[in-house]
Amino acid sequence: MLHIVNKSPYERNSLESCLRMASKGSAVLLIEDGVYGATKGGSFEGKIQAAMADVKVYVLGPDLSARGMADRVLDGVSVVDYGGFVDLVAEHSNCQSWL
Amino acid sequence: MNDEMDMEEEGGVVKQFMFVNRKAPYGTIYALEGLEVVLISAAFEQDVSMAFIDDGVYELKKGQDTKSLGQKNFSPTYRALEGYDIEKLYVERESMEARGLTEEDLLVDVVVLDRAEMAAKMDEQDVLISF
Repeated sequence: MLHIVNKSPYERNSLESCLRMASKGSAVLLIEDGVYGATKGGSFEGKIQAAMADVKVYVLGPDLSARGMADRVLDGVSVVDYGGFVDLVAEHSNCQSWL
Repeated sequence: MNDEMDMEEEGGVVKQFMFVNRKAPYGTIYALEGLEVVLISAAFEQDVSMAFIDDGVYELKKGQDTKSLGQKNFSPTYRALEGYDIEKLYVERESMEARGLTEEDLLVDVVVLDRAEMAAKMDEQDVLISF
């Protein structure tokens, strides 16, 4: 399963709900305002780091750059471009968007 | 005649307007629309300030680059506000800290207020408009 989250974890609980439901071995892709969830120094950092023991976390590069956050991605999070986004969707048998 | 006089008096009233920004840029249209309204408000010669709390602090993050997004990078506009006599930009310290940001991460000079100071600043206003 590929989980896609596009909301800031500081404004909505989408990412938190997603991490609660994401089973071991699944992937989480953060896009749009969701990218803030993968950045260093914030109060959400610990939750993402804990989740990475079980799930692989990806973040969309263009959305990071737009927000000036490209230089503070958490260690262990993989940055992908639009092509990588397509690959992730193709690699997984299903996906769920957490709006 | 009377109407004309009323209008004149009305035009002389200066109120304190605060625009409250609580949304991150680009994910929704709120940040950009809020900025547009602030620029329009400058034409009315009011006492305008902007508050940045919650995800609104992300609007002021340095280094925004929207080339691969196909959206306009409107962050330089915050630096132009001074030219429109909008010089009071207030940022809540707690919101910055929760997001791992410091004053050095911001692209424009601001006044950093703690939560209680921000609340007091809001209480002083005549009109608050929220985005």
